[in-house]
Amino acid sequence: MSAAGISVTGLTVGYGGPPVLDQVDLQVRAGGITAVLGPSGSGKTTLLRAIAGFIRPDHGRIEVRGQVLTDGPTLVAPERRGIGYVRQDGALFPHLDVAGNITFGLPRAERRRAAQVEPLLELVGLSPSLARRRPDELSGGQQQRVALARALAREPSVVLLDEPFSSLDTALRAATREATRAALAARGATTVLVTHDQAEALSFADQVAVMFDGRFAQIDSPAGVYGAPATPEVGRFLGDAMLLSGQAVGRTVSCCLGRLDLAEPATGDVLVMVRPEQLVLGEPSDTTASVSSVTYQGADAMVRLELVGQTTRLVARVPGDRVPHPGDKVGIAVPAPVRSFPQR
Amino acid sequence: MPASSDLRESPAAAYDEPVTPRPVARARRSTRMPWIVVAAAVLVAAVMVLPVLVVVGQASASGDEASRLLLRPRTAELLGNTMLLVLLTVPITLLLGCGAAWLVERTTLPGAGAWRTLLLAPLAIPAFVSSYAWTSVLPAVQGLGGAVFITALAYYPFVFLPAAALLRALDQGHLDAARSLGSSGLGAVLRVAMPQLRPAITGGALLVALHLLAEFGVLQMMRFPTFTTAILQQFAVGFSNAAGSLLAAVLVVLCVGLLALEVPLRGRARIARMGAGARQRPVAYRLGAWTIPASAALVALVGVALVVPLVLVLRWLVLAMTSGAVVVGPLLAAAGSTVGLAVLAGLAASVAALPAAWLLYRYPSRLATALERVTYVASALPGVVIGLALVTLAVQWARPVYQTAALAVLAYTVLFMPRAMVAWRSGLAAAPPELLEASRSLGLSGLGTLIRVVLPLVLPSALTGFVLVFLATSTELTATLLLAPTGTETLATAFWSASDELDYVASAPYAAAMIALSAPLTILLRRQILDQR
Repeated sequence: MSAAGISVTGLTVGYGGPPVLDQVDLQVRAGGITAVLGPSGSGKTTLLRAIAGFIRPDHGRIEVRGQVLTDGPTLVAPERRGIGYVRQDGALFPHLDVAGNITFGLPRAERRRAAQVEPLLELVGLSPSLARRRPDELSGGQQQRVALARALAREPSVVLLDEPFSSLDTALRAATREATRAALAARGATTVLVTHDQAEALSFADQVAVMFDGRFAQIDSPAGVYGAPATPEVGRFLGDAMLLSGQAVGRTVSCCLGRLDLAEPATGDVLVMVRPEQLVLGEPSDTTASVSSVTYQGADAMVRLELVGQTTRLVARVPGDRVPHPGDKVGIAVPAPVRSFPQR
Repeated sequence: MPASSDLRESPAAAYDEPVTPRPVARARRSTRMPWIVVAAAVLVAAVMVLPVLVVVGQASASGDEASRLLLRPRTAELLGNTMLLVLLTVPITLLLGCGAAWLVERTTLPGAGAWRTLLLAPLAIPAFVSSYAWTSVLPAVQGLGGAVFITALAYYPFVFLPAAALLRALDQGHLDAARSLGSSGLGAVLRVAMPQLRPAITGGALLVALHLLAEFGVLQMMRFPTFTTAILQQFAVGFSNAAGSLLAAVLVVLCVGLLALEVPLRGRARIARMGAGARQRPVAYRLGAWTIPASAALVALVGVALVVPLVLVLRWLVLAMTSGAVVVGPLLAAAGSTVGLAVLAGLAASVAALPAAWLLYRYPSRLATALERVTYVASALPGVVIGLALVTLAVQWARPVYQTAALAVLAYTVLFMPRAMVAWRSGLAAAPPELLEASRSLGLSGLGTLIRVVLPLVLPSALTGFVLVFLATSTELTATLLLAPTGTETLATAFWSASDELDYVASAPYAAAMIALSAPLTILLRRQILDQR
């Protein structure tokens, strides 16, 4: 494998107190997009700022394309790293117009040429007519895209995005996200996106690194972290999940939903993770539940269920055109293999 | 490791060179302050409090003499006059300032933009110039009544300015919420709007009161003696250290008392806006049939505070020009030395304020806050106190600087530095650390960031601070009378010596020149209202 785009090894940052990042390792392949996903305060932004060169870690190395940028307290200055950094608020320079912001990091001679600006605006999906606007005359989504264009203008090999979409409303967020992804792909930049939004991480990245309390709990493909979480916590953080006690023997497990297939063999007391979309509702059968309430969401619906004769509460995601009514009796099947975790 | 500010680093090592440990931009809070900046800020703070210490020291050294001097009936008269003036004038300025601000910012009164300018404009006319204008036609304007009349008209903009800015910024959403929670219209104003306005109103009232304690020109013309006029008279009849310093010490006590009084009055209201929603523009109160009386009231106010003094000064100026009484030489000389002193004071105050402002910006800490606050204490004191203290200091310890421009510039710096401090702080706030980081990540060095990001963002505010100090200096009278270099007349002192002899014609050119010089102040201050969002 060629040199990794970004290689972080043993990174520890403490700000003089308990570690915010604790022995963190991360490899991002050249040209790849990795999402660092975690609850707020888990250390995601600190990791990003360390890669950008704004933070001096206590220990650890950061390499980009084989070049050592950070080695313990020894740093290459941020401006010498060739790393683009886009903050949540965009941090556009208020005294410069859009063109002035985009060409800010270019050599003086290139700054004069307006020709630089137009392709970059188009790259991030903005009209070239915005070039003379001031930052305060732009919407939040436009500001974000200008900030991205500004970072891309220097053709960095690495782009760091710190929750760049979180301040945008839903419609704008999807559009800005698509424009950003397309622009990054066009440039082939190695990208690290920090976010606390699971859907964003899963849809944007080809690798998702889940961070809890300054450590990575799992680093895998989006399907991997969602479908095969390393711990129950990761499973729950990435989406709705029911954790049921069960007894595993080889590739099957018995629990309150009957005998289910396991994706990985296991033995003994386990926690079975079932996602709401894995429950298939049908005619009453061996496993029957009564519908206690329904939340209709258009394309699909969340159905809350109570197993007959038991107190276990379940949630099923069903297609929007096949929604049962509260009080209905339905049978539950789990046709796809499920994951299990050893009971602790 | 070298403790240097990260904006002044040497260029970093290139990738292939061996990298050496070096400081980089870090999060806003840092404990390692650059010692040279701290030392500069401490030095400035020490110079700022020195005059206060001198006055207090002088007064306490006079011992038995002190009680004899202080317990004279004369002292009681001065104290009574001073308090009477404050107690009568402050409520009037509150009424005028808040009333006008409400009419302009929250009602359907036509011409709000023009009123904003016109109601601030009296600040461009020094109070002693408008008292000269009024007495030149109405000799009856004198004594306590005249003093209250002139000072209220001259100082109500100190209340109008913050009240208008806050009323403009008041979130209609808060008032609507109060109404929906069952408050009446008046109740919403009293329970929601007033607590938010209180800091501005008490701040404005404090400013008026401090100016009244410091006022000399108006009260001298009105023949209404207060502590300030008495101190200057002592100084004029033969400099008596003990008596002058004692009166000054009483003045210091009154100032400190006012400052202390303001703290509980200001209240603990914190005006924080929750949520990210856009602020609701205020709904204007419909004046209806009251439009005409309300407009008439503002016309009357602007008439007596601005138009009458302006017209009278112009009339005397025309008279002076037609009678050939305008002596160009001395006028130009006075204008030149005024501008020279004011430029020096503007520069000195800007430079002196920078270390503490920079510390607060990059290394916010209790020490930095304390170093900033100290500068406000000294400048709350009347010019006469600062002037007297510097005279005492120079006569005893630094004879060569006595009656030089340096000492006068020092006095102006002590008096007016907060204007530069506030300007630096708002300017630096426009360049938050995020922008510095963005610049670094876009490939600029520390120096490049300073030149291309920090300076363009900070300079406009810094320039405003310079201009405010310049304008304040160019019409300063009391400290200038005490400290002006020998043989130098400023516009203010030249005006003063002419008007002291009731020579209205000879005074007019100087008065007109001061008004012309101060006019830009109105525009600068008007922006402070409009910038409130």
